[in-house]
Amino acid sequence: MGNLVIDDLSMRFDLPNGGSVQALKNVSLELAKGELLAVLGPSGCGKTTLLNIVAGFLAPTDGKVTLNGKTVTGPGPERGMVFQQGALFEWMNVRRNISFGPDMAGRPAAETRPVVENLLRTVGLQDFGDKMIYELSGGMQQRVALARCLANDPDVILMDEPLGALDALTREKMQGLVLKLWKETGKTIILITHSVEEALLLGERLLVMAPRPGRIHKEYNLPFAEMGVGRDLRLVKKEREFAERREEILGMIWDMEEEIMGRQEETA
Amino acid sequence: MIVFLLYVAIFAAAFGLYRVWERKRHHLHDFASLKTVTFGDESAVSPNRFASVISIIALFGIWGAFTGSAITPLHVPGPFVGDTSFTYTARNAAGETDDATVFMRVYRVGEDVPLPETSADQPGFAVDDALKIGAWRSALARPHENDIGGEDDGYSIIAIDGQPIAPDGTVRFSDGEVTMTSKGSLSIKPDKGWQMEPIWLPAPEAVVSRLVEIANDGYKNVSLWNHLGSSLGRVVAGFVIGSIIGIPLGYAMGLSNWFRGWFDPIVEFMRPVPPLALIPLIIIWFGIGEQGKVILLFLAALWIMTISARAGVSGVRISKVHAAYSLGASKWQILRHVIVPNSLPEIFTGARVAMGVCWGTVVAAELVAADRGAGMMIVNASKFQLTDIVILGIILIGIIGYGIDILMRMAEKWLVPWKGRG
Repeated sequence: MGNLVIDDLSMRFDLPNGGSVQALKNVSLELAKGELLAVLGPSGCGKTTLLNIVAGFLAPTDGKVTLNGKTVTGPGPERGMVFQQGALFEWMNVRRNISFGPDMAGRPAAETRPVVENLLRTVGLQDFGDKMIYELSGGMQQRVALARCLANDPDVILMDEPLGALDALTREKMQGLVLKLWKETGKTIILITHSVEEALLLGERLLVMAPRPGRIHKEYNLPFAEMGVGRDLRLVKKEREFAERREEILGMIWDMEEEIMGRQEETA
Repeated sequence: MIVFLLYVAIFAAAFGLYRVWERKRHHLHDFASLKTVTFGDESAVSPNRFASVISIIALFGIWGAFTGSAITPLHVPGPFVGDTSFTYTARNAAGETDDATVFMRVYRVGEDVPLPETSADQPGFAVDDALKIGAWRSALARPHENDIGGEDDGYSIIAIDGQPIAPDGTVRFSDGEVTMTSKGSLSIKPDKGWQMEPIWLPAPEAVVSRLVEIANDGYKNVSLWNHLGSSLGRVVAGFVIGSIIGIPLGYAMGLSNWFRGWFDPIVEFMRPVPPLALIPLIIIWFGIGEQGKVILLFLAALWIMTISARAGVSGVRISKVHAAYSLGASKWQILRHVIVPNSLPEIFTGARVAMGVCWGTVVAAELVAADRGAGMMIVNASKFQLTDIVILGIILIGIIGYGIDILMRMAEKWLVPWKGRG
């Protein structure tokens, strides 16, 4: 047990003009504990919808999600979420942001404090515990977001383009941090990303989704995440296999985008 | 017009002098001073504190100069004050002419002065006259009344200081003007100068001394602090009640479809109604007492606070709420730890606006009817032409309004330091 099962998920939104949009169609997936799944796809392929259903923010029109045998019906602390940006509470300092989950659960401060200090060290913010959120750079803020999620000790961590708003250098550093945290904590992680490179680097498994209707296009099992743990990620990128996979997936997504554009031109 | 031109001239002169002085000064090489493009770069523009100080000095300087104040060394010409005279030439019914003098003593209103003396030795039929005239006023002289044969037909005054004059004609004498009325009397207007009469604009020190007087003795049997305090008290009471009801109402409108739908028409309708337009209705319903004023201010604050609280709730990023849910927070915890703190900056902005509106509204309401308060003080003083109290009241109202805004801004900095940095 200890796994996440996504069972034949479909999602259809009704539009005000009477039509409807099929955001997801028959998506099935199973994740064992400790797996890191990267989800990639062009815009409109339903990857964020998929994540929101797993998080419990959306109810699917068909199918269900179960975690450890329990069906997901709403958001819960066993499924932590890391957002792109702006999801931290800027009226609290770094420490109080990190301890938000335990505090809400009513856990005593004495019990939470060592956990928070530990996490501050893990994400490299040991000197920034008393800073306010708006005093931190974007990269530091995402470190806080990761620590806040981990403080709640969730079974699954859902990341919605957590590094999307960072500059290239910071992003590279943060990718290393994500791998390190994954290895150290053994959490199951689903990571949504726009970047093919990031998906290849971080995804132990990689799901390429196709749009209209949102569905699984292709799935890969990749060695690069294991390779990258504790190593310079630039070395991983130099691997020949890495470059081949990147070209293959880029081509795949290009074709999907072309198809969408073509269809739009036809209708126009 | 002259005042305006003078003000523009002072502005230009101060600007020019400052530029010359600045060019000689050692320059600070801060970031803004090293910018080569400053025109159009709003961030390179900051208020020049020299200009602010000179501006205030210039305002008081002009005020002082045009009121003959003791605080300014230079004054524009004041009204003529002192003794003066002119000689008139009269012709009697027999066709003879004779000269006599009108002695005038122009005095500041409020002073007690005797009539000027005339010489007892009067050779001809025309007899000297003596008059007292208040500064800025005019007086009517009737020289014929004491002239021998002055009431006869054929008597008339034909010249002033040798200049011929006829009914409805005007001539100048050394310190003023004389106009002959159609009945042959002389209307004398001593020169008024350029200064303002204290009943139109008192000198700054007159306002200050009035402040001291009212601060010590009160106005209309109510102390100054009581006047200002009761205005402030009404504002605070109205604002607090408005916030207590408006903020939860705004939250409810931001969180529930039903509340939003129910109160939307009311709030959107009441928001554009200026509180001043409610004064007549409030007076009809609640009278002119304390209760009516607090209700008026409550209404003034209510809609502003409701709308700002609603905007604060609507402005919360959904990812913050989602994050809190996925960290295991309950609805109440999200309200208390996410939605309320997130809305505080908006609420503070609303509170600043509401306090400003309330302060303006209370003064206006007191102008209409009140037994005490800053507005009542100035409207009551204006009925007795106590211009110094009116000006004093306006200055105090301005200072308090400005003070309220500064206090609100300080509270905002202290309580919501994250404002605008989300």
